[in-house]
Amino acid sequence: MTTMLNTPAASAATGGRRHLLSIADLDTAQIRTLLDTAAEMHGVQQREVKKLPTLRGRTVVNLFFEDSTRTRSSFELAGKWLSADVINISGKGSSTSKGESLRDTVLTVAAMGVDALVIRHGASGAAQQVSQWVDAHVINAGDGTHEHPTQALLDAYTMERRLGSLEGRHVAIVGDLTHSRVVRSNLLCLRRLGARITLVAPPTLMPAGIASWAAADGFDLSNDLDAVLPTVDAVMMLRVQRERMSGGFFPTPREYTVGYGLTRDRLNALVAANPDAVICHPGPMNRGLEIAADAADGAQSLILDQVSAGVAVRMSVLYHLLSGEEGSAQ
Amino acid sequence: MSALLITGADLAGSGAQDLLVEDGVITEVGSLGGAKGQRHWDVLDADGLVALPGLVDLHTHLREPGREDAETIASGSAAAAVGGYTAVLAMANTNPVTDTAEAAERVFDLGRAAGLVDVQPVGAVTKGLAGEELAELGLMHRSRAGVRVFSDDGRCVSDARVMRRALEYVRAFGGVVSQHAQDPHLAGSSACCHEGELSGRLGLPGWPGIAEETIVARDVMLARHTGSRVHVAHVSTAGSVEVVRWAKAQGIDVTAEVTPHHLVLTTDLLAGYDPTFKVNPPLRPQEDVDALRAALADGTIDAVATDHAPHARHDKEHAFVDAAFGMLGLETALSVVSDTMVRTGRLDWAGVARVMSANPARIAGLGDHGQPLAVGSPANITLVDPTARVTVDRSASLSLSRNNPWHGRTLQGAVQATVLRGRVTAQKGALA
Repeated sequence: MTTMLNTPAASAATGGRRHLLSIADLDTAQIRTLLDTAAEMHGVQQREVKKLPTLRGRTVVNLFFEDSTRTRSSFELAGKWLSADVINISGKGSSTSKGESLRDTVLTVAAMGVDALVIRHGASGAAQQVSQWVDAHVINAGDGTHEHPTQALLDAYTMERRLGSLEGRHVAIVGDLTHSRVVRSNLLCLRRLGARITLVAPPTLMPAGIASWAAADGFDLSNDLDAVLPTVDAVMMLRVQRERMSGGFFPTPREYTVGYGLTRDRLNALVAANPDAVICHPGPMNRGLEIAADAADGAQSLILDQVSAGVAVRMSVLYHLLSGEEGSAQ
Repeated sequence: MSALLITGADLAGSGAQDLLVEDGVITEVGSLGGAKGQRHWDVLDADGLVALPGLVDLHTHLREPGREDAETIASGSAAAAVGGYTAVLAMANTNPVTDTAEAAERVFDLGRAAGLVDVQPVGAVTKGLAGEELAELGLMHRSRAGVRVFSDDGRCVSDARVMRRALEYVRAFGGVVSQHAQDPHLAGSSACCHEGELSGRLGLPGWPGIAEETIVARDVMLARHTGSRVHVAHVSTAGSVEVVRWAKAQGIDVTAEVTPHHLVLTTDLLAGYDPTFKVNPPLRPQEDVDALRAALADGTIDAVATDHAPHARHDKEHAFVDAAFGMLGLETALSVVSDTMVRTGRLDWAGVARVMSANPARIAGLGDHGQPLAVGSPANITLVDPTARVTVDRSASLSLSRNNPWHGRTLQGAVQATVLRGRVTAQKGALA
């Protein structure tokens, strides 16, 4: 364990990159290394004393312009268990609402002497823009409807723990694809790991240009969940935001559940076709809308494993970006 | 008597001539070699240069009043002059909005005071650009500013009833409505780019070409119904081009403009989320760019208009979806058109004179501009070096803003001098 953490070559996992902005920046070997380190971190998590000294003296700022208790807490624990100093700054309702530019806001935070900025922002591309303005390492903790790379890594990690290699495995991602950053990161990550992917949604919740995108990147599309379910090894249900209703993306929650929810009947069909199939959800769930309680809480569900893996994966990311640099505590 | 002799200029591609300008009017055209000895004449050596009638921009945002930190009428006029323009139409979306005669006269007067180009105010179609009640269109027209072009640009006159009334009303005095064609229901309030595969991948809310095309289609039908004239601002899609082409074939009184950036830049530039490339209408795919070039060449699109949209730096340093729409254009437009349309053989210089001067002047009703370089015409003249290669440097701009999408690009063709009513206003990228 400690031997691995002292390996100078470890930061090769992020390819010498200073930031984690998109899964697109990582090749398969780099993803592999991040997941392997996550497994070691996961081992640490099971110990009574969870703290490693690795990032002692380093400062990690969680800069969240959007509320997200679970992602923020996960990054906070990850930093703390690596002995970094972690502070949380909520961008929401502070300077940005006074019209301060994003650049001014992040330069102000970075000027305090920050080693890593973990940024969550409601606007796509925000983390990438920020990375061009600051010297600190930038970790994208979700940018608008673009990407959420650590979520995809933890999803892959969790699925692999249960299913083994994802090579050739069939994963369906179901729900509000248009407004999901999770799906964009997962498309990239799962494909790198060799999985076959089918996206399932009503046409109104499929992103613009999805047909040419699917053709170029080699994934499948379907509007028929019942046809897809019996063929999958894993199904990932996405949260349906009730506020989408105002956009007229679908008529009623009831109709959505009938068409695209993982209901008890569909759970039974899934298990009948493949007893080893697993169910994921990035949370928070709308129980009864996109996922029935039986599916969320049953033996197939990996939902709490995902949360637990989240801390380990984020420890792995922080470790690979921050350790081995000048000033790190070895 | 002030006099200016321009020697050896190629008159829009029709052979080298000398031009004598006296008291702001062209008084002689031909081989005036013997006249060069006149001591009190200023001489402008235009050997190897193309002479065009002074450029006219149907679409600029000068930001004054309201955002004088981004541009003023004086700084925008300077940028226009070095860009080869002798007249610009200043859009109404200032603060306060140009929706009264007094506001229009103020813009007009500030333009005359700057004295570098004729600044012609565009009047708002509706009060406060709210899209509901007609602004005082007639009073703006009767004012000293003589407003003829009306636009809520930045917003679409989306209510068909309001658009119909505006078209009918301005017909009485030969006015025209310049429409920012964008259905607000198809382009949501957070939409910030072209909707297509790339916006899907980037997770950016976009709007599709049809948000523009359905309004263009509606408006040409309204123009047919009312017998009025409509102008389509900044056409950005192949579908809009098809509609305009069809409408013209029906004899509907419609004109259209395209921006330099829509003739070149494509939506792929958004991959890095750089708000410099955030503009409305958005940059579109290559197919649209190709259709726009063809339409400009064949006359379906009448004019090139810059949609020069300066923004203070901090208004562009937000997340992409929150950043301001718009890019600079006045100083680079001629070079972009030269590089894109002339160098590639799509247009000759006479064609450039048509789409950047004669047609926009006619659409805007500016009689002193866009005239052929002939005896008796006002001496509004732009001299262009067709072979000069220029690398755009945003820091060299006379605009107060730096949101220049052409920075670092090398373009063939450059404005060498601009003459407004016989006075040299700009030479080689600087004010004269």
